[in-house]
Amino acid sequence: MRVKAAILLSVLAGPLLSGPLYADGESIVREQCAACHQLMEPAEAESAVSRLERQAPPLYYAGNKFRREWLVKWLQRPDRLRPAGYYPAVEIVPGEDGDVVETSTLPQHPSLSGDEAVEVSDYLMGLTARQDLVDADNYEPGTVALRMGMMDFRRFKGCDACHRDASDSGGVSGPRLHDAWQRLQPAFMSSFIADPTAWDEATVMPVQSMNESAVHRLVHYLRTIGDDS
Amino acid sequence: MSIRQLTTVVALAGGLMASAAAATDGESLYQAYCVQCHGSQGDGNGINAAHLSVQPRSHIDREEMSARSDEELYRVIAEGGAAINKSVLMPPWSGNLDETEINALVGYLRVLCCEE
Repeated sequence: MRVKAAILLSVLAGPLLSGPLYADGESIVREQCAACHQLMEPAEAESAVSRLERQAPPLYYAGNKFRREWLVKWLQRPDRLRPAGYYPAVEIVPGEDGDVVETSTLPQHPSLSGDEAVEVSDYLMGLTARQDLVDADNYEPGTVALRMGMMDFRRFKGCDACHRDASDSGGVSGPRLHDAWQRLQPAFMSSFIADPTAWDEATVMPVQSMNESAVHRLVHYLRTIGDDS
Repeated sequence: MSIRQLTTVVALAGGLMASAAAATDGESLYQAYCVQCHGSQGDGNGINAAHLSVQPRSHIDREEMSARSDEELYRVIAEGGAAINKSVLMPPWSGNLDETEINALVGYLRVLCCEE
């Protein structure tokens, strides 16, 4: 009996002893990410000011937004994508020459171990809400002359009011875009620029009502500058 | 009181209770959509201003704002700066905000500029 009991115990305990020492991606996301990120699509329409209640970007369409390889790297060494935080109004204070970002209170994104980053990335890539928007998009990577693309981004479309297309140029309230090509899936960029509210009703990215070729030209530009960053 | 503290107080006190009511709250909409460029004080000195080629409009400039009708303010918010031959750096918001929300913003601009 003792031998049988020992065998049974080893069979039961075996998987526990030989399994990974870290939690699976879903557990990590639910325990560490859910407090700030929306993981489920809202059941009801969100109001324009629901942004006030958010701490971080929604993740329920992360699998249609991010590139997995970028996620794995970034989660291990997260740097700030939005110089003024996710919701700038709570991070700014009036200064002598205008508003400044109160960097001392900007929240820091937690970093994960390599194994955890892989598990979390795999889980997030399975969150694929808005698949219909990806399927409907027909962006094909192309090129645009750097100077033309820059002029379009900055002067004609005014994207640099909020976004940076170089580490030292552009606004600071939106996410930086000089490395967007490495971070985001092309179809997401194209679809989101065309109609950001289709992805997120409470986005503060304006709907510019551009035609398809104008949208694609901007994505070409992000590709051009992203390949170099 | 900082905006962060104010937000916390509002969240605790009101439980962010009324999405419907908040949706037409011009000040909240201004915090969410406008302060980035036009500034927390409405003076045109938002965190993006130093990086722009055109200075954002000061909404506390009584003389300048009084020269604009409500219809003009509505139009520039809804259709963007280009609609009134101003900068494209002011984007159109009619795809993000409905008529009631834009009117609430126009109302708040009048508070900013002209309320004693």
